Amino acid sequence: MTKSIVFRFIRVITLLIGLSILTFSLIHLSPMDPVNAYIGGDSSASPEQIEKFKAYWGVNKSPVEQYFTWAGALLQGNFGTSLLYRSPVLDIIQSRFLTSLALMGVAWVLSGVIGYLLGTVAAMNRGKTIDKIIKWYSYTLVSTPIFWMGLILLIVFAVWLKWFPVGLAVPAGVLESDVRFIDRIHHFVLPVLTLSILGGSNIAMHTREKMIDILNTEFIVFAKARGESSWQIFKNHGVRNSIHPAISLQFAYFGELFGGSMLAEQVFAYPGLGSTLTTAGLNGDLPLMVGIILISSLFVFTGNLIADLLNKIVDPRVKGAM
Amino acid sequence: MQGVQEGLNVRKKMILLLAFSSGFLLVILFLSFWLSNDNLRLSSAKNLAPNLEHLFGTDWLGRDMFTRTIKGLRLSLALGAFTSLLSVIIATLMGVCAATFGRTVDAVISWLIDLFIGMPHLVFMVLICFIAGGGVYGIVLGISLTHWTALARLVRSEVLQIKNVEYIQISKSYGKSAWFIARKHILPFIFPQLMIGFLLMFPHVILHEAALTFLGFGLSPQTPAVGIILSEAMSHISTGKWWLVVFPGVLLVGVIKSFDSIGEKLRILMEPSSANE
Repeated sequence: MTKSIVFRFIRVITLLIGLSILTFSLIHLSPMDPVNAYIGGDSSASPEQIEKFKAYWGVNKSPVEQYFTWAGALLQGNFGTSLLYRSPVLDIIQSRFLTSLALMGVAWVLSGVIGYLLGTVAAMNRGKTIDKIIKWYSYTLVSTPIFWMGLILLIVFAVWLKWFPVGLAVPAGVLESDVRFIDRIHHFVLPVLTLSILGGSNIAMHTREKMIDILNTEFIVFAKARGESSWQIFKNHGVRNSIHPAISLQFAYFGELFGGSMLAEQVFAYPGLGSTLTTAGLNGDLPLMVGIILISSLFVFTGNLIADLLNKIVDPRVKGAM
Repeated sequence: MQGVQEGLNVRKKMILLLAFSSGFLLVILFLSFWLSNDNLRLSSAKNLAPNLEHLFGTDWLGRDMFTRTIKGLRLSLALGAFTSLLSVIIATLMGVCAATFGRTVDAVISWLIDLFIGMPHLVFMVLICFIAGGGVYGIVLGISLTHWTALARLVRSEVLQIKNVEYIQISKSYGKSAWFIARKHILPFIFPQLMIGFLLMFPHVILHEAALTFLGFGLSPQTPAVGIILSEAMSHISTGKWWLVVFPGVLLVGVIKSFDSIGEKLRILMEPSSANE
């Protein structure tokens, strides 16, 4: 039991190391020289700055040595300096991470709840009209681009109905300290809505399948024979058996969620981690990009690890088998 | 008897849906070659709402949105086909290697699969696009490098399943080379899986391609790609030009959904366990 948990932790750590090697070699393979990219973007860089930058990337050494100097710096929390914002990468990430986390967190919970409810309703009414509607809805939304959904919501709610402002997490021209909480909420609703509507469809399909499996088991037939109503069946048997795979699926969904929030942030001009990454990528700010990539990967791998642990260790049936 | 009759109907219905989806895609492909590039030239018919002459309206430069969308979708389809093919090749190589070359290789490849499944895909595509220095290369590389994993797992388990089957053992004892066995016995066996994997990869690839071009990576703004059309439209929605957004998106969703249903239906029809339903 403990052995298995430790083993999984070690595996995630090796995966993270592998990821950093992959990122490093991608940068190394590229025809672009980070030093040149740095100087090329800005002619005002002083010789000391260039020296510092060279030392950070360890330019004059073999690739392996370069990797170790770089990884060592990363471990000490030195992610380098952003070319675009002229401040340490870690500071920028810290300030953006919370805004992104709020967006993703709320969307994550909402999409989980909506998806689970839809999936359950569909499975309990299998074959009826409502099941068909939910199935069609989920299948269509799976093939809908997130940014298009965001644009549609923007047109309907911000342009036509004028309920919400077009873009930005805070009103323009207002000092950060003067922003009222209600304003933040106001600018927050549409991106969250976009992410939750689309995120829910995936979990709805899985819950539906799982629920149908459960409803076909013998103990459900027996419960029906005992005269339990469908609400009782759901409450006593359905939830317990289906909530756990749904939750672990939702944790494994972190990667998609991050990608989705990147697109939603771009559409709604929401200043989170994703839109920062897009700006960094478009302007060639390599240190900031790498920093965000590593942090977001850490985030996604944590989600996967939790999903894995939930799957393999928390489930009492699997626990007995180990 | 009645059961048989109904089963046939479901099957027929599926084939009909299949034909419908493929027909829709073919029409788009045909239109993309048929519509002339003249419609993309700047004209005085600016900012027209959809009408009979311009089905999807025109944009602020007077370009016909219908033509632009269809051409953009052709680009998506071409990119999708090429990229999916690349992914399938990577997946086949990885899957077959994992299944045949012993435990160490298997462990390494499954570790690699975990690595590529675990990382946030869009983030890495952005990195690869950036490093490839823009252009179609970045998109193709980025997407094909991140999408092979699920299929590779499938191929691995399929190959493991038939590796020790009698006819392969016999073939081996006749002194056939590993290459011959792979080509004559293993590949035909996994081919249907690959075919369906290829089709089911399409929607993902098209979605990601649209997302990347929407964010502004890869293609130049003149290229008619759906992502670019939508990102340009984004700056025009506050003035109420809804048709710039709605129609290209609807067609994109239609294309993605068609591929999804083609792959899904074929899978159900070809798999022996569900084909008789």
